[in-house]
Amino acid sequence: MMPYIGFWTLFKKETLRFYRVVFQTIAAPVMTALLYLLIFSHVLSSHVEVYPGVAYTQFLIPGLMMMSVIQNAFANSSSSLIQSKVMGNIVFLLLTPLSYLELFLAFLAASIVRGLVVGLAIYLVAIIFVDLPLAAPWYLLAFAILGSALLGAFGIIAGIWASRFDQMAAFQNFVIMPLSFLSGVFYSIHSLPPFWQQVSHLNPFFYLIDGFRYGFFGIGDASPLLGLAVTGFSVLVLSIIAIQMLKSGYKLRG
Amino acid sequence: MSTAIHLSQVHKSFGQLQALKNINLTIETGEFFALLGPNGAGKSTLINLLAGLLKPTSGSLKVMGYDVQTQYREARQSLGVVPQELVFDPFFNVREMLRFQAGYFGKRKDNDAWVDEIIECLGLTEKAHTNMRQLSGGMKRRALIAQALAHKPPVIVLDEPTAGVDVELRQSMWQFIQRLNGDGHTIILTTHYLEEAETLCNRVAMMKQGEIIALDTTANLLKRIPGKELQLVLSQAIPENLQPLVRSTNGFKYKLSLNEITQIEPVLATLKAANITIIDFQLKEADLEDVFLQLMSHKA
Repeated sequence: MMPYIGFWTLFKKETLRFYRVVFQTIAAPVMTALLYLLIFSHVLSSHVEVYPGVAYTQFLIPGLMMMSVIQNAFANSSSSLIQSKVMGNIVFLLLTPLSYLELFLAFLAASIVRGLVVGLAIYLVAIIFVDLPLAAPWYLLAFAILGSALLGAFGIIAGIWASRFDQMAAFQNFVIMPLSFLSGVFYSIHSLPPFWQQVSHLNPFFYLIDGFRYGFFGIGDASPLLGLAVTGFSVLVLSIIAIQMLKSGYKLRG
Repeated sequence: MSTAIHLSQVHKSFGQLQALKNINLTIETGEFFALLGPNGAGKSTLINLLAGLLKPTSGSLKVMGYDVQTQYREARQSLGVVPQELVFDPFFNVREMLRFQAGYFGKRKDNDAWVDEIIECLGLTEKAHTNMRQLSGGMKRRALIAQALAHKPPVIVLDEPTAGVDVELRQSMWQFIQRLNGDGHTIILTTHYLEEAETLCNRVAMMKQGEIIALDTTANLLKRIPGKELQLVLSQAIPENLQPLVRSTNGFKYKLSLNEITQIEPVLATLKAANITIIDFQLKEADLEDVFLQLMSHKA
């Protein structure tokens, strides 16, 4: 038995799973992001200049990209787990000799791939209409991977914890969505009152979006290194929780 | 002969409910073993413990010598389980699903020939590229069996594999399972169709309320009910002097317990003397169902 084959097979299956429904998993988020771009840029582009020399439409794109990256990374691992649990086919994974670490890494890697594919798809469509610089591409890549990993790990936790689809919807609507919308996707936190600026600094999504935006423009609301540290630490914490849940068999093995 | 399954002092509780009580069981390699019992007896709990889907409250379980808790990778590698429920992944077709399942067990592409063989032997060839959602119930059941066999495990557990399955599939499925057993695979079967267990299995464990109340070879269990059953449909009520032999009555239909076959002659002679016509007549050996019913009704 080759240990890596099990991991690779699950990763391949999880990737193929979202590829099979590409309109739902890739095309739909691209469409949503473009609609946000169209509407917000039309309404606000002549009124707002967040950073000097950066048009509002340009400013908006990295935020929309990262928002889609994190939402889809979360959706990938969480929906796979909750569907398997509700339909009962999770048993096919639990019967295998796959270790908790292999399970975690395969679900995480597939989430990262989906997050990056969605982000890249939005970028490729957006640059047709908007000129986007690439000031610090390594930061851009690092934040994209960390963002996908963070939400991929969170999706694993949610997928294991939730027993019903409405519990999963609660995660999306009451945690992921507010944290993404309140993280500076549509605005710079410097435009907020001081109290809400401080509150924003407690939101890891803010560092993801701000750092990702730094990758494009070389300018941001916070230090990108601080952003890497906060998001890297958040990934570590959520990964440890997810691995512990898999290791203990929490809500998976009685 | 080496040991395929070894359970020692296994207990499993769900809160206050003791689902399994001090289970000790050894199944040798190559056995075709039946695990029988009414609903709630603990059969599925026992299988789930073996498969690692549940954790025992106490005791140890080994598959092919590997502890299911501490050596779970080796233990699960040795086990193929056909779950009772018709569960499936709706995103993939039969062949993809089987290849994925084999891959989870570390099997490379060279295992594909075995996957194709299972597909053929279970009559799934025409459905190999059909999505699982589009299969009929019987076909889904075949696919489930194939999935458990995809990594060629030495021990195969079939948890009520023929529930809701038509006669044709049952026969072809049992032929294939018997072939696997002939090739050295250990088969553990739970079923409510006791005639299947009687025909196929060398040894039987009967469970009731979380305990094994009988564990013996099928032949020995059948010997527990000596004699034969004579079923009669008469034109009128049975004579008074035959009443001691009557086990059950339904109108003028009677079931008589005979200790020996030589008792038939005096029964027939008595009926003739009483001028009673025999409308129907059947002589039946005791079967596993009789043993099962007797054990379930007598032992607390």
